Amino acid sequence: MGTYVLRRVLQGIPTFFGITLLAFMMMLFSPGDPVSLLTFNPRSGDTDSAERIRRQLGLDKPKVTQYIYWLIGNDWTQYDSDGDGTDDSPGTRSGLLRGDMGESLAPGHRDVTDLIFERIPATLLLTFSALITGYGIGILLGVLAAVYHRTWVDQVIRVISVIGNAVPQFWLGFILIIVFSIKLDVLPMSGMRNISNRGGLDLSDLVAHMILPVFVLSLNTIAFVSRFTRTELLEVLEQDFIRTARAKGLKDSVVWWKHALRNALLPVATFLGPALGTLLAGAVVIESVFAWPGLGSLVIDAVFQRDYPLVMGSVVIAAGMFILGVLFSDILYAVLDPRIRLD
Amino acid sequence: MSQTNTATNIAVLKHKDADEKHVARSLWGDAIVHLLHDKLTILAFIVLALLTLISVLGPPYVENALGLDVTRIKVLDRFKPPGTEGHLLGTDEYGRDQLIRLMYGGRISLAIAYTSSVMILAIGVTLGLAAGYYGGIVDDIIMWSINTLSSMPPLFILLVVSALWSPVPEMLVIILALLGWFGTCRLVRGEVLSIKERDYVLAARALGASNMRLLFVHIFPNVLSIVIVTGTIIAGNLILLESSLSFLGLGVQPPSPTWGNMLTNARNFLVTGFHLIVWPGILIMITVLCFYLIGDGLRDALDPRRKHGVK
Repeated sequence: MGTYVLRRVLQGIPTFFGITLLAFMMMLFSPGDPVSLLTFNPRSGDTDSAERIRRQLGLDKPKVTQYIYWLIGNDWTQYDSDGDGTDDSPGTRSGLLRGDMGESLAPGHRDVTDLIFERIPATLLLTFSALITGYGIGILLGVLAAVYHRTWVDQVIRVISVIGNAVPQFWLGFILIIVFSIKLDVLPMSGMRNISNRGGLDLSDLVAHMILPVFVLSLNTIAFVSRFTRTELLEVLEQDFIRTARAKGLKDSVVWWKHALRNALLPVATFLGPALGTLLAGAVVIESVFAWPGLGSLVIDAVFQRDYPLVMGSVVIAAGMFILGVLFSDILYAVLDPRIRLD
Repeated sequence: MSQTNTATNIAVLKHKDADEKHVARSLWGDAIVHLLHDKLTILAFIVLALLTLISVLGPPYVENALGLDVTRIKVLDRFKPPGTEGHLLGTDEYGRDQLIRLMYGGRISLAIAYTSSVMILAIGVTLGLAAGYYGGIVDDIIMWSINTLSSMPPLFILLVVSALWSPVPEMLVIILALLGWFGTCRLVRGEVLSIKERDYVLAARALGASNMRLLFVHIFPNVLSIVIVTGTIIAGNLILLESSLSFLGLGVQPPSPTWGNMLTNARNFLVTGFHLIVWPGILIMITVLCFYLIGDGLRDALDPRRKHGVK
């Protein structure tokens, strides 16, 4: 088991570096100059400060050096602060690998790491609630569809899952806002807390704000998990050991819960990782619809403002969370299924 | 497994009573016959074809008939409800006719879905064939790229890329294709890996068939059916993806309407413009639903293990 986990972790490392490379290249080849945006001042015509910032950010260096600085920082070396050709000032950044993703280009110049980690809890709250809701309702519907196989229940659940996949989530979000927040006025429209609620955690308020976004976000997962559970459960029920269990005279409930469902849910569990990825991506859109203060809205603002360090940092962090999710679900699968040979 | 087979055989026997003349047909001929009996898939086909035709051919006629223009802005006509004289589906926040905008929007949304999915299939199948057939370093490089690229949440990377290059529709098609081929490639590679070990491939190789002949005469036709099925599902996904991107203001830029960017300002007129929100979403949903249903129908029809009349 230990070796398996270790090997999977080691496999994640080249992927992670691939992602940092990709994030870096995206910025490299994108049009527009962040520094001129930063120093834009039509009256002064000050080219000196632009050059100084460029040197400070290491943008005068070759691309490979820039990438290395971004990864491991430049506090171990010196940069040329006054443009006289000699490196004289010590660098200040400690690099991505040591948790420093540079500073935002937006006014205030806050650390990217701080900005991102401020937003992560909200996004994680949203995605994990959606994951739990999606798997919970999905499994429930899947089991119902299998139990009432080829009846109207099965049909209704099939229709729900097909439509759940085809409906554009952001649109459904608006429709639900119109129905529940405007017409019926029972749920809040957007945000994470009531405006009048300053500081302090008000659980009922938070839950009320979560209902709509979590439901909309989890719809895909519900559709997918219910179909998958149904298929797997019906397949398991055909297996010999189910017949054996029945022949032994076990109660139906025991056969269903202990023998059938347990085995049917194994493959469903392997999709936890990819499902988390889909949810993280979907959260970007849903956060925008419901003005949820998470990573997604941060990224959208950042790309519109061409805040390069922030975009690069968010891409790396989002991919990192995704890799961790897949890793976790692989390990979970290995733990759950004794048939998987771990070497 | 044996149990299913027996069940199938019994069912086949039962079926033969009803349909005594059993004609031998090719996989494709058989699939077409099966599809003709699949009412839901046919319905989806018809709806999709109608939507496409109306979007592609319709706008000029409607514009002529109503004496309107898709770009015409008329402040006096803002937020006219559906059914207003001359505006069947009402008007938007600039007084533009909603029906015509929906038709032009459908043009762009559908064009993006069709062309992008064809490109995705082209890239995915080519690389999948190469990776599966040649193996070795080709396979390693392709698989590493896929693993790296697909370990980012898909919409996330698309978002960044399309924000940085603020694409015209043609560019968006290419971006969507370049970021969408991983699944197809992986699928084709897997199929090829199993097909190339089959005896008939070995036999052809023993007869001296070249690599190209093996690939395109013996292997490719056998992955074609699965490729067509994924193609339709991908087209459906692309409609959703493009609409989300355009909704966020990162896809096709206004004033060109698409079903997605017609909803960008939805938040600002949740009360005044309910009719503006309903239609684009319903059209997206119907289109995606059609693609999915066609995909499902094709999968059933092209499954060689499906026995006649038994599902």
